[in-house]
Amino acid sequence: FRIMAGKVKWVTDIEKSVLINNFEKRGWIQVAENEDWNFYWMSVQTIRNVFSVETGYRLSDDQIVNHFPNHYELTRKDLMVKNIKRYRKELEKEGSPLAEKDENGKYIYLDFVPVTFMLPADYNLFVEEFRKNPCSTWIMKPCGKAQGKGIFLINKLSQIKKWSRDSKTSSFVSQSSKEAYVISLYINNPLLIGGKKFDLRLYVLVSTYRPLRCYMYKLGFCRFCTVKYTPSTSELDNMFVHLTNVAIQKHGDDYNHIHGGKWTVSNLRLYLESTRGKEVTNKLFDEIHWIIVQSLKAVAPVMNNDKHCFECYGYDIIIDDKLKPWLIEVNASPSLTSSTANDRILKYNLINDTLNIAVPNGEIPDCKWNKSPPKEVLGNYEVLYDEEMAQSDGTDRDLRGRPGQSTGVKGSRARDSGKPVLTTWK
Amino acid sequence: MLDPDRGLSLTIARVVQRLQGSSLHSQLERQARVSLHKPEIKLESLKEDIKDFLKTSGWEKKLQNAVYSELNMFPSPCHPAAPPEHIKEPLAYMRKAQGSWEKRILKSLNSMSTELNIPLAQKRPANEQKELLNKWNEMGTDEPDLSLFRPVYAPKDFLEVLMNLRNPNYENGEQPSFRNHLGLIQVPLKVKDIPELKEDFSELGLNIGQLGIDDSAQVPPEFFENEHVRVGQKVLAEQDSAAAQQYVRQGCPTALRADLWALILNISNQPEDILYYEQLKSNVIQHDLLVDSLIYKDVKLTASNDDYYFVFEDYLYQVLLCFSRDTSVLEHFTYSSATPPKSYIQGKLGMEEYAVFYPPNGMNFNYNSFILSVAPLCFLYHEPSKLYQIFREMYVRFFFRLHSISSHPSGIVSLCLLFETLLQTHLPQLFYHLREIGAQPLRISFKWMVRAFSGYLATDQLLLLWDRILGYNSLEILAVLAAAVFAFRAVNLMEVTSLAAAEAVLADLSTLKVMPLLQIFLFATVT
Repeated sequence: FRIMAGKVKWVTDIEKSVLINNFEKRGWIQVAENEDWNFYWMSVQTIRNVFSVETGYRLSDDQIVNHFPNHYELTRKDLMVKNIKRYRKELEKEGSPLAEKDENGKYIYLDFVPVTFMLPADYNLFVEEFRKNPCSTWIMKPCGKAQGKGIFLINKLSQIKKWSRDSKTSSFVSQSSKEAYVISLYINNPLLIGGKKFDLRLYVLVSTYRPLRCYMYKLGFCRFCTVKYTPSTSELDNMFVHLTNVAIQKHGDDYNHIHGGKWTVSNLRLYLESTRGKEVTNKLFDEIHWIIVQSLKAVAPVMNNDKHCFECYGYDIIIDDKLKPWLIEVNASPSLTSSTANDRILKYNLINDTLNIAVPNGEIPDCKWNKSPPKEVLGNYEVLYDEEMAQSDGTDRDLRGRPGQSTGVKGSRARDSGKPVLTTWK
Repeated sequence: MLDPDRGLSLTIARVVQRLQGSSLHSQLERQARVSLHKPEIKLESLKEDIKDFLKTSGWEKKLQNAVYSELNMFPSPCHPAAPPEHIKEPLAYMRKAQGSWEKRILKSLNSMSTELNIPLAQKRPANEQKELLNKWNEMGTDEPDLSLFRPVYAPKDFLEVLMNLRNPNYENGEQPSFRNHLGLIQVPLKVKDIPELKEDFSELGLNIGQLGIDDSAQVPPEFFENEHVRVGQKVLAEQDSAAAQQYVRQGCPTALRADLWALILNISNQPEDILYYEQLKSNVIQHDLLVDSLIYKDVKLTASNDDYYFVFEDYLYQVLLCFSRDTSVLEHFTYSSATPPKSYIQGKLGMEEYAVFYPPNGMNFNYNSFILSVAPLCFLYHEPSKLYQIFREMYVRFFFRLHSISSHPSGIVSLCLLFETLLQTHLPQLFYHLREIGAQPLRISFKWMVRAFSGYLATDQLLLLWDRILGYNSLEILAVLAAAVFAFRAVNLMEVTSLAAAEAVLADLSTLKVMPLLQIFLFATVT
């Protein structure tokens, strides 16, 4: 019985080389789930078990896991919307300038999620909204699924008759959360590049929710649809036109295995600066950072800020042709599968930088540490928002990002809204 | 030798001839006529008043830009009695080599046409025309069967031809030794050395601010960047081509680049330009050319697989298909060593009145290299007719020299020789080592230069490089950069023992920052 003193013992549910290679290169030791472990890269199923009333167990001080117990407050489509709506109402009630509305009753700063309803619960509310714009298109997404599964578009009420609560023909009996859907206004004017639709995948690491400390990975990417975008109604069924998930695009005829239909965020930045100008590009990226931070602030009060936890989220964002970013969803387990060589390198580095922040020095962790890593270990992460620092010192930021850089992502800075005294970053 | 006054008057005559009858000319006339209604124009001082009016209304500036553009494009006249082919290419052996190369390409094209039983050109049936019009914006998704088409030639074929160039009047009786030229190019063209390059590229010096160096994250923008942007905005407001050309030597701010390049190339996207583009587009719809399939194939091979350019695949088809039908491009053959190949209507071989240029723009080559010179422009211009014009202008000003055999200092032959000479002079040990292991440096760098580094560098770096091509009106910087890259990776290259290993060391240039490399090579290397 040899004691491997000082070596981190790891377990993983996700058998991906980008993970395992990172563990091994740190000299960590692989163990089984029922043994003494220090670091466990869990699937969402496992985290549910660990923190469940029946099967759960207490984690000890030297154990770290990669999910927050109730991450679904952010990562389930319906709960995310619910939390954001709640957050907005709270701000409105306390008279915060953030909750300011325009003459149409739309939030000026907090309108970043497309109008969304839960089905079947909000069916009637949805119908009311639908009738205001009968030509609109809506997207139906199952709450509990990922990778584009089960998603479809509708433009007629008849297409979702079965979700109507008092529909006599409804065979939709079970109202368990598994079969719940959200229906959102479809953004049918996405920004197109080369005539193609794309979305942004950004990685955000949260080390603690209270105080909120989060990091944005500089090397996000754009995922392009292989087929030219058309809002024409005849193509509503063609998922290759509308859904950018790689899981779907991969099966298209034109999917390319070398670049995988992806662009780096810095390419996007270069393109936008060159064709649209610097100010609007900076404004766009500022807004993107803003909506990410706001979404985290919205769920922070309800999150179980367990000190054994950190989490790396995959944020999906769509930019419309007015250069307004929309938050589509947040993924708790962003895909670690690599579709191309570049992809593999990116994800490997992502995990590497994540581990450097979450498990300082690669040594056996102590969950009581202050979760404030030194600047040098951030790698490709940049501080997105640090609540503690924001509260102690209003103007100084960790990384005053510079506009127009090849890497493009800026650290947190005061919002350039032109409005007086928006203490928005505190 | 021509005396300077004579030369000047010849130049003036030529510029006048070229601008006469142009749309700018008629616009100026129209403006002058309109100005007659203005109160400040008096009959007594008509000429002066009109001149003043044109100056204050900005029309003089437009004329200045047009003249400047002409001066940039055309070489200075050598002698009034010089025959036209001397303007194309003064050296006879070069002309001859270009001629045989062209014959070879044409033969290849003709045999492909015969083999596959596809005519060089044919009118499209009506239903095909309609179909093409419908999918004009997404030709990338249409996959015709291209397996039988092969590229007209590969870059290495072209390199072979260049390597075999010899000046019949030059006898190098010396024994091969260290002091001789050890490279692949064996023609005695004059190329610059580093002191001369330092002078020519003085704005790249260590004491002068550059975009690509002095705008990096560690440097506060107040030092250089902010002021440079301000100056750039002023240049654009003045609409002065010459000033713009000077300005971009220090690099273009990304937000200003599209407009600055358009100003330097004197592209204003007038309604008649848009109309011309639409006309070309309808030519594409109506007629199908054999070279179209070659274009398709090459776009699929190159741009579709590129990390940055795949998004613009459809634009590339649009631009290139139109370009191949653009007869205005034939103009540039007066100063290019190349000659457009002629083809004859079926059955009328040899009868001049039935001769046409094929393809209509006279360009026949490996579209591969050529496609990559369009793609970076898609990052700057998303309006098709503007994109088209910028590309066409870049082509007839610069990039055509990469595909033809000539003695011009920006021609590919001179660039190759410049590269080899720089390397041999300043990194002799490296050069000798690579030669010994069968990895002649030019074999690796040729493809970079012939493509102006497109497809090898990261896009933002490539655009910074092309800023300087426009700024200095020369492609020599490509050869300097190629040498600088070798210098940068010299340590690793000294350790390799095969061509394949050398290729591997130089395979990935996507992380390189070009301005520091150029600056160090030119200004900070101990010679």
